[in-house]
Amino acid sequence: MDDQTPMDDVILDVRDLSMHFPVRAGMFGKTHSAVRAVDNVSFQVRRGETFGIVGESGSGKTTLGRCIMRILGPTGGEIGYASEGAGMVDLAAVEDAQMRDLWREIRMIFQDPQSSLNPRLPVIELVGQVLRKAEGLKGAALADRVADLLKSVGLRPEILHRYPAAFSGGQRQRIGIARALATKPQLVIADEAVSALDVSIQAQTLNLLQDLQEEFGLTYVFIAHDLAVVEHICDRVAVMFLGEIVELADTETLFAAPRHPYTRALLSAVPVPDPRQRSDRRLRAAAPAEVTDTATACKFAARCPHARDLCRRQRPQKRTVGGAEVLCHFAGEI
Amino acid sequence: MTQPTPIPTEPAPLLRIAGLKTHFFTDDGVVKAVDGVDLTVEPGKTLCVLGESGCGKSIMARSILRIVDRPGRIVGGSITYRAADGRSVDLAAMSPTSAAIRQIRGSDIAMIFQEPMTSLGPIQKIGKQIVETILLHRRMSKAEAKETAIEMLNRVGIPRPRERFEAYPFELSGGMRQRAMIAMALCCQPRLLIADEPTTALDVTTQAQILDLIADLKEEFGMAVMLITHDLGVVAEVAEDVAVMYLGKVVEKGDVYSIFEEPKHPYTRALLESVPRLGVRHAGRLPAIEGMVPHPLVRPTGCPFRTRCRAFMPGICDVHQPELQRQGRTDVACFLHNPVPAHG
Ligand SMILES: Nc1ncnc2c1ncn2[C@@H]1O[C@H](COP(=O)(O)OP(=O)(O)OP(=O)(O)O)[C@@H](O)[C@H]1O
Ligand SMILES: Nc1ncnc2c1ncn2[C@@H]1O[C@H](COP(=O)(O)OP(=O)(O)O)[C@@H](O)[C@H]1O
Ligand code: SF4
Ligand code: SF4
Ligand SMILES: [Mg+2]
Ligand SMILES: [Mg+2]
Repeated sequence: MDDQTPMDDVILDVRDLSMHFPVRAGMFGKTHSAVRAVDNVSFQVRRGETFGIVGESGSGKTTLGRCIMRILGPTGGEIGYASEGAGMVDLAAVEDAQMRDLWREIRMIFQDPQSSLNPRLPVIELVGQVLRKAEGLKGAALADRVADLLKSVGLRPEILHRYPAAFSGGQRQRIGIARALATKPQLVIADEAVSALDVSIQAQTLNLLQDLQEEFGLTYVFIAHDLAVVEHICDRVAVMFLGEIVELADTETLFAAPRHPYTRALLSAVPVPDPRQRSDRRLRAAAPAEVTDTATACKFAARCPHARDLCRRQRPQKRTVGGAEVLCHFAGEI
Repeated sequence: MTQPTPIPTEPAPLLRIAGLKTHFFTDDGVVKAVDGVDLTVEPGKTLCVLGESGCGKSIMARSILRIVDRPGRIVGGSITYRAADGRSVDLAAMSPTSAAIRQIRGSDIAMIFQEPMTSLGPIQKIGKQIVETILLHRRMSKAEAKETAIEMLNRVGIPRPRERFEAYPFELSGGMRQRAMIAMALCCQPRLLIADEPTTALDVTTQAQILDLIADLKEEFGMAVMLITHDLGVVAEVAEDVAVMYLGKVVEKGDVYSIFEEPKHPYTRALLESVPRLGVRHAGRLPAIEGMVPHPLVRPTGCPFRTRCRAFMPGICDVHQPELQRQGRTDVACFLHNPVPAHG
């Protein structure tokens, strides 16, 4: 777009992406609006980086990831992807058959391990199916590869023939990670990949994701709600609120000098692991927000401590302040 | 069993688990998911249970409500629950299908699960599911139950609850599904809420909101909470007491300040070290506890943590099993602190 500086090696170039879910009449009475789960979102991801997406529940993170994977067909915009084999393709427009090929290069780790693992398949199938299809592996060779993958995510290879029901939530999540990494992908969309893991497995898994990134030059789109994790692993971070990116900056800048009032609210809501600093959490709990038709106001206005008249009359435009892209009328002034 | 026991003079805990063992009899062998857990939940207080994936937290919680799936079953120990009328019952001795335990489930003790889809059926609208739960446990008309359900959806922070009442689970975001399930658990005002990683999948602002809601209900109804979590930030924020589990056992327990300020067990210490903290950017990798939880079928002899412990003492830790003992401000099961048994 207009004054965006071209980046050296862009693997993903998302422009004006929208995903509006039609609202069924039965569900919302007579309203004929749409849920604007993703609303005009643009960003670029560089090859080899970890691009974080944070934001509260319902802000459209998963929907955005599902659009990139083309599990959902976006209702507007482009998703440029620099494919290894096929050059630059628009994932929003490719044929289904081509997308199926691209699913080797672009993989997703799903948020809910419960519903993303078929309960009727044993681990060897869950992880190995894609290898059977993509590389024609079978028998002992397949078992060996799957066993290696399991080891690399901290699972014991003996579990090859067990079914998902026999695992705890964290164990299931690691099966999902092993599955996503099986085809040595280029781009991994990790939707809350470590959120369900306990601290020590989480640390191991984050370290593992970093090792794999270095080894294979992986690019991650890392969707998460744990800001400490995001700060630890991401190079750049986009903050989403009600379907829009309200702030985008490199990690240091974002955490050291958050510009958008929502980013600030988010950072101050992080519980500190020290009972003596037990803060007045009640002040930080936010009223839930939801997409309404706010063509003429800032979506954050209802919760923003800095909201003024202008904010309720006019949608803010993206502005660049101190290295950050901020969607706020008063970015840099407040 | 279900007979009344004399009311003790000390304020009795709401729930006392002693020597609880829940094993799974699989084709490959016996998985000792819970293998001698001791802990108590005081009335109106919050106990946080910490521990790595697979160490038996969820199975312990499910044992309390007697909803352990086959091939698992309780093979030892007791779960003493003190009911509202002051009587004590041993939940571990009840039949999992008895009317008595079904009465306790939901109305006395409610549970929020780690994965929302385990308690939210996929094909029924969420409103209907909540109303059914209410009608099962509270005397109300259908219309009242509907209003209660909508009020609860509102309190857990679901926007436009009246419309969402008609939504199917798949139409909600992950976080909203979680909140719908929480609404279902809280709509019967339980005396004890067991929450298995309830906010793990939630962003910080929603998490703050849910924790507030739980805190409100604690105050309003004197509800006690057993919160299973691995988020030490949450523990520091809400816990009064903390129990740390490893391989089916409690290895350390104490009040929240002692656990954070004077952790004694090497496992507790390692857990505290491995958290990424905001503003503390580790240059390279996070300090992770080395190795993994041993295979549940091959439990180490002696101390369960010895295969990963930096302080492992050969001849002691692989020979004797440390028992929980009070040392200073916490109860700990480790030979760095406890006397080694003289023989055998
Ligand atoms: N199939 C669908 N039909 C209707 N609305 C949907 C559908 N899928 C998602 N939505 C709505 O889109 C919005 C964004 O959902 P999404 O799952 O992307 O949120 P999220 O940011 O991933 O949240 P969480 O952190 O809770 O997972 C929500 O309001 C959700 O209810
Ligand atoms: N249905 C089952 N069959 C066999 N083993 C099981 C079953 N459910 C759980 N387990 C095992 O019991 C142990 C404890 O599991 P769980 O309580 O879910 O752990 P967590 O502490 O992560 O909640 C794990 O080793 C798990 O694999
Ligand atoms: S535009 Fe106004 S309401 Fe929106 S974030 Fe900025 S100051 Fe707040
Ligand atoms: S008993 Fe020994 S092996 Fe176990 S935690 Fe203590 S020092 Fe480590
Ligand atoms: Mg999501
Ligand atoms: Mg669990």
